[in-house]
Parts: sequence; C-alpha cells; structure tokens
Amino acid sequence: MTDTITPHTPTLTAKDFATDQEVRWCPGCGDYSILAQVQKVMPTLGIPKEDIVIVSGIGCSSRFPYYMNTYGMHSIHGRATAVASGLKAARPALSVWIVTGDGDALSIGGNHTIHLLRRNFDVNILLFNNQIYGLTKGQYSPTSEEHKITKSTPMGSIDHPFNPLALAMGADASFIARTMDRDPKHLQAMLLRSAAHKGASFLEIYQNCNIFNDGAFEIFTEKNSKPEEAIFLEQGKPLVFGANQNKGIKLDGFKPVIVHLEEGASTDDLWIHDEHDFYKAQILIRMFDDPSLQGHLPRPFGVFYQTERACYEDVMAMQIDEAFAKTGPGDLDKLLRGKETWTIG
Amino acid sequence: MADTQEILQEVVIKFAGDSGDGMQLTGTQFTNNSAMLGLDLATFPDFPAEIRAPIGTLPGVSGFQLRFSSDRIFTPGDECDVLVAMNAAALKVNLKSLKKGGKIIVNTDGFDTKNLRLANYPDGINPLEDHSLDGYEVIKMDVTKMTREALKDITMGTKEKDRAKNMFVLGFLYWMYNRNMDNTISFLTEKFGKKPEILESNVKALQSGYNFGDTTETFSARYSVQKATMEPGTYRSMMGNQALAYGLIAASQTSGLKMFLGTYPITPASDILHELSRHKSFGIKTFQAEDEIAAITSAIGASYGGMLGVTTTSGPGMALKTEAMGLAVMLEIPLLIVNVQRGGPSTGLPTKTEQSDLMQAYYGRNGECPMPVIAASTPSDCFAAAYEAVRISVQHMTPVILLSDGYIANGAEPWKFPQTADLTPIKVSFKTQLGDHEDKFQPYLRDEKLVRPWVVPGTPGMEHRIGGLEKQNITGNISYDPENHQLMVKIRQEKVDKIADYIPLQKIDSGAESGKLLVIGWGSTYGSLKSACAQLQAEGASVSHVHIRHMRPFPKNLGDIIKNFDKVLIPELNNGQLVKIIRDQYLVDAQPFNKIMGIPFTKAELVEVMKEMLAD
Repeated sequence: MTDTITPHTPTLTAKDFATDQEVRWCPGCGDYSILAQVQKVMPTLGIPKEDIVIVSGIGCSSRFPYYMNTYGMHSIHGRATAVASGLKAARPALSVWIVTGDGDALSIGGNHTIHLLRRNFDVNILLFNNQIYGLTKGQYSPTSEEHKITKSTPMGSIDHPFNPLALAMGADASFIARTMDRDPKHLQAMLLRSAAHKGASFLEIYQNCNIFNDGAFEIFTEKNSKPEEAIFLEQGKPLVFGANQNKGIKLDGFKPVIVHLEEGASTDDLWIHDEHDFYKAQILIRMFDDPSLQGHLPRPFGVFYQTERACYEDVMAMQIDEAFAKTGPGDLDKLLRGKETWTIG
Repeated sequence: MADTQEILQEVVIKFAGDSGDGMQLTGTQFTNNSAMLGLDLATFPDFPAEIRAPIGTLPGVSGFQLRFSSDRIFTPGDECDVLVAMNAAALKVNLKSLKKGGKIIVNTDGFDTKNLRLANYPDGINPLEDHSLDGYEVIKMDVTKMTREALKDITMGTKEKDRAKNMFVLGFLYWMYNRNMDNTISFLTEKFGKKPEILESNVKALQSGYNFGDTTETFSARYSVQKATMEPGTYRSMMGNQALAYGLIAASQTSGLKMFLGTYPITPASDILHELSRHKSFGIKTFQAEDEIAAITSAIGASYGGMLGVTTTSGPGMALKTEAMGLAVMLEIPLLIVNVQRGGPSTGLPTKTEQSDLMQAYYGRNGECPMPVIAASTPSDCFAAAYEAVRISVQHMTPVILLSDGYIANGAEPWKFPQTADLTPIKVSFKTQLGDHEDKFQPYLRDEKLVRPWVVPGTPGMEHRIGGLEKQNITGNISYDPENHQLMVKIRQEKVDKIADYIPLQKIDSGAESGKLLVIGWGSTYGSLKSACAQLQAEGASVSHVHIRHMRPFPKNLGDIIKNFDKVLIPELNNGQLVKIIRDQYLVDAQPFNKIMGIPFTKAELVEVMKEMLAD
C-alpha cells in the first residue's frame, strides 16, 4: 500500500456532507480544518452517506457528528469507542467513524480505546489531540506536557503525558498514523488511508486549541520550523527531513540518530520506512522527545504501522454462521422443551 | 432389607458440604430426578462467595435445599426434614434449619479431629458422640471409606476417587426415596463420556450408595412422595437465569429483532451470559465487554443499529451503567437492563439475595430520568418477565429495567413451558421512508403513545444525529431553551406514564377484592407471600395478596385495589423501598416488613406479622 489512495470519482460533494446546523467551535479552532477535510474526503470514499455513522463522546471535538450529514451519535464522555463497538458488531457493513479527543479517548475512555484496538473492530478513530481540556475551559489533559501551568495545575502539572501512538501500539492496533490540522493535504491523505484500512485505524491529529493551548504544535506546523521539526513518513522511502532535505535518520543499533547528508552521509545508510515492520514501528513511535531539548529527533507524521488482522465483527458473524451450519436456525420450541420433560395428564 | 414404604406428602432435603464436595451438582441431579416423577418442587442453592474458601471451614460450606411435594408448593420450605452433612462445618452451619426430629445423614469421615477443629468445635467435642443430636435421627456412614472401597479396582489416585463421594450419597438417597437413577447415569455419561475412568468411578459410587441402602438394614422404611396435582401439561425443570435467557431469545424470535448482549461477568447474573452465548444459532451476538460501562454502551450501539440491545448485571454493575442509562433515556431507543439483585451496598453479599435495588432502578440517575421497571417473581416467571420487558422496550422506544434476584436466578421449579404459538408476537417496525406530508425526517416527532420512530443507520434519506444533549422537541436539534427543556422533561415522563395504558390491570393473586389486610409484594418473595396468605386464608382471615410485575408505571387500578382494604402490609427483602413508593404515589399508610439477611422470608415469620396486623 502506498501513501496515496486513489479516491473514487465523487457523485456527492463536500456540501452534501454539511448539515444545516451552525458550527459552534471557537473562531480559529483547528477543528474547522479537520471538519473541512473530512467533508472533502467523504464523497470520494464511494460509500453512500446513509451507510456512514459518526460516533463521538464528549468534548469540543465530539460536536463533530452534528456537522456531518450522515448518521451520527453524540454519546457520553469516553464511551464513543464502546458505542461504536456495539454498532459495528450489530451492523458490520456500516462505515463507522469515531471522533474523539485526548481527554475523551485517553483519560475517561482510555479503557475502551485500548480494548477496541485489540479487538480490531473495522472502525476509524480520529483522535483530535490538542493537549488540553477545551470544553471544561482549560485543565491539563493526559497528553499535556509535564510542568504545564493550567487552571487545575497552578504550580505545573506533575502528570507524565501519554504518547498516544505508543499506547495504540501497546494495544496491538492494526493501523497507526499521525497528522496535523494545519496540513490539509497530509490530513486528507491520512483520512483516506484510515478509511482504506480494514481493521481499527488510529489516526492522531494534532489540533490547535487557540483559546486554551494556542501554539502547542506550532513548531511542527509553522513554515519556519516545520521542515526541521517534522519528518514525513513515506512507504519505501528513506527518512529525510530538513529545509533542504539535507538531514536523515539512521538506525544505530536500535537507536535512531540524525545524520547530515551534505556532511558525507549517504541516503543508502538511512532508515527506509516500512510501515509493515512491527519492530521498527515501535522505535519510530518512540521518536517523541521534547522538541525544546537540544539534539532532539524530529516528530514523525504519516503511517507508522499497518497490518492485517481478523476483525472482531467478522469473526463474531462467522461463529454465528458456523452455528447455523451445524444445527440449522435455532428452533425455539425445541429450546423451550429441553431434554427432560414430564407430562401430567 | 427395608420392606415397608412410607408415603410422604412432601420432603425438604438440604445437601450441605464443603464447596469442593459437589453439593450443587448432587442437589441438581436429585431435583431433576424429582421433577421427572411429576412432583412439584422448589430449590434454594446457597453457596459461598469465595470460589474455594479453606476446605472444611464454616465459610466454605455450600448448601442446596430442595423441597419436593405432591401438593402445589411455592417455596423451598422454611425447615428441612433431612440434612445431608458431608463434614462437621456443614452440620454446624445448617443444624438450625433442621426440624426437630429430622434426619441427619452424616459422612463420619468429615468429623475427624481436623474437621472438628476447622468447624470451631471445642477440643474433644464431637457432636456425633456428645448426645447433642439426640433429638434427631442420625444416620452415620463413612462415605469416604465406602467410596474408596467401591472404587478399589479403578486405577485412579485417592484424591480423584474421593471426588465421587457425592455420587455415593446421591445413590443412597435415591434408594431412600425409592428412585430410578437413569437420568443421573445418562447425565454422567454425557458429561464424562470422554473420560471413561471418571465416568466409571462416578457411576460405581452412585450404584454403591444405592446398594448400601438396599443391603444394610439401616431403616425400617423407604419413602416415597406421590405425583403432585398440578395443572395438566408438559413440564420441565427451570432455573431463573435460564428462564430469563429463554425469555429474551423468545422475544428476539417473535419480534424478528436479532439480539445483542453486551455484558460483563458479575455474580449472580453471569449465567445469563453463559446461557445466551450457547445459542448462536438464534443469531444472538454476545459480547463480553471490558467493563460494565462498555457492556451497556455497546448494547446501546447495537440498539441504535437496529438490534435488540440487552445488558445484564447485578447492583454494583448497574451503578456503573447509570450514566449510559440516562443516555438511552435521552436517545429514546430500546434497551433492556437486567439487574439480578444481590445483597448490597458496594460489593455486599455477592451470592446472597436481596431486593434492595428498587430505588436505584426507580430513581438512581442524574436528572429527571424515568424508566419502566419490571420484576420477575419466580424462577420460571423470569421467562414471561423478560418477554414483557422486551415488548415494552421496543414498542415504547425506551430503556427498561428488569429486576430479578439471586434467589430466583439460581432456584428451580417445574415449568409448564409455552409453545411458540402461545406467545403473542412482539410487533416492531422501523421507519424506512418519509411520510406523505414530511419533507424532512424529524427524529423526535411522536405518535399517540408519544413514541418516536426507530430509524437505523443505512436507511437512505433519513440521516440524522442523536445524542445526550437536550434536544428540541420534534426536530431533535440541540436546544438549551428553558421552555423546551421543561416540555421535554414532561414529555419523557408522560411517555413512560402512558405505558400504563398498554399493560394488564393488576390482579389479586389470592383473597377477596376487599377486606382487612392487603399484602403487596414484588419479585422473589412471591412464593413465601403466597404460602403465608394461603395459610391465613385457610384459617378464615381477611387477607388478600397482590404481587406486582409492572413496578413502573404501576397498573392503573392498583390505587383502587389499595383503597378497598383497611390495612396494607408490604414485606420486602430490603430496608423498605416499595413501601416508600406506594406511600408516595397513593398516600396510604402502608406498613413495611423488612428482612435484610441475604435469605428469603420464611412462611412462619410472614404469618406472624400478618396475624399481628389482623389482631390490631
């Protein structure tokens, strides 16, 4: 599989996926861009919009279903993944999208997230990570950096943050990717890849909360720093970055190191990205150091890992088919009668 | 050899031993054997919460009480006629429930120094030798020794051979009550068919126990209980959790809705999961979720997808499901929440029975959150209660709580099972297209029952969004408008209240339509209340019994029934819950009678309290 998926020729347009509801995110919120890209991508998937369901939990991002003219449920905090599991088990043919945030998916709903991933329901998780609680007005989240000063941590947060992709990898997710709200093209490509993956796809989207955590990701998203701080993964290509594409990542044993191509390093020595490599994916996912530190590694974006594994809902349906094949459709009268009866005349 | 046969009207036997002694299996086998003879019966398994408490100790005692009778009976009985005690602890724990002069069958090997010490008998005291049992008929036998002897030709370890002790005892009881052992032999053959040595040891022990009774002249008489005079028909033995599972399957079949069970294991509800997971040929999907919350929310997802969403749990689990129950009320979609109650609060008494989650079912949610509540009253009644709960849920687009409890979940009774043709089909329809005058789908446009349409994803042209936020009447759009919120709260309440128009009127279970004392019950106390009322009615007392299935809303005539009596008594296995609701709704000075001991009412204690009220 490559990073570019050929979209279907759309019969619908982005407009067909917009609802009559007024979008109520704060002006300048990163969610607007994500909504726009999702609305652009949806018509190209070749899926009738009645077969698409967007399930969300609670949080700013979780208002998403109201703005998508598909089926949708705005459920309760942290439980979108569990609602979607039941829905997908009930109706495997539906295209189910879970829109969630860092608090929703990793804090209150952390349990359901990991269990959905290990079960590998064929759903798409869009994790809007803004490293802050927006809807409750600015407390730190499970992805907030240590020492962060927020309303609930006036002396700085003492929580160690999650690396969301490492968590997904630990739960044996079958598709793990990262993108950002400020790179619409990359975001669209990642949405297409998520949709194309059969199994649970986990797409982390860096999303700027311009009210409570403005600029959290600007080092990765802004023109002047992006080339040096973000590295874009492409299948079969070497890990190269830098304003002049002059830097690369090489593996020194199990340790990724930066090499400078103009200083004699060859692209032949560089790490060639293979998204199907289970072991290297774990190293790549751990390229997650603090971008304010000297000598840190760039943050990767793209598809880190992809594999094929049986989906829960398919095996569940297969067991029912097996039971049918063995005994025929259930006979209620036979069940109610059981094996041992007696008659009173 | 005993040559006389005594005919008894009824017998209450309690099998008691260590958790590892197989008493539940022994009891179940004797129950099935009794059922096949056409006796009426009722059982009460009573086992510890620990899987294996230390062997031989008091907390490790597991009991199974069985009452079989040639009369109609409604409870497993207050006191036992026969106590089987496999060890000293079993005797100590259960002696108080044995009738004066009752029989005790003891395994003497279970009364050695070590067992006596584990059962906390003082040094040097053995109840089999100190004449403390003189008021009883004690039948001593060394079950362990005789079982080993019977199995001496089988090449198995002593530990394995000792596992067949319970079969020796069962065989002895089969002899004592003049039974044919075929059903147990075929049960063992099915269970151990692939392990010939274990099968042989169990069958041999069973036969040796029977022969022991036959060849020793232990007794002057054998006993037999005649067939019960029950309503003509074909019966089977049925346990509560199994009946509940069957009720769900039946509802799924007649409604045409495939069932999804999202659940998390919890005592005493897990057997419903076990049962349903065995019936995939009915298209049932069972999902053992990661926790109680995922259990209910996955069921909500399945209901949203057009399946019959069910979640099963017990009190602590229902507490965890609370927020999601509110979501289901807001979404107005079908969902069945089954609570097999146990002693609480918190982890409480996991294996003991209680009716203490009624308030939780009624009121235990944030916001104004009305939800219908249905209660099952006997093991086999769990079938009908589950069926009715599903009917209300899918026809009124509402989550419904079904209350059972540990007593009826694990208890068994004869069941005159229905045929599919006897069941009133549950009609359900999905909305698949816009009506003549609709230009846009309105998810919260209601019919005369105030029920909104059920539209499942995949239906073209009806795409819509629902969620937990307050919604505008009719359109379902998010709304924070004050008037609209008040309107929606009232509508949701009225929708549940209106269900009273679609349920049967309350019947008087026994007694006259008016009189001195009305006894109101609900749930698993049915048998004890019925028996106590029957005794008083036979003595000419002015007592009537009403047992409520539809707990919310109540049947429309319940208030009128109450008005026809001077006094109202509400016995419950809790600290007074229904009594508060009845007082609240009908402004009547109903009196509570409460037992919160983890065990059912005895007939005697109910008769006593009723007599006191009648005497005033």
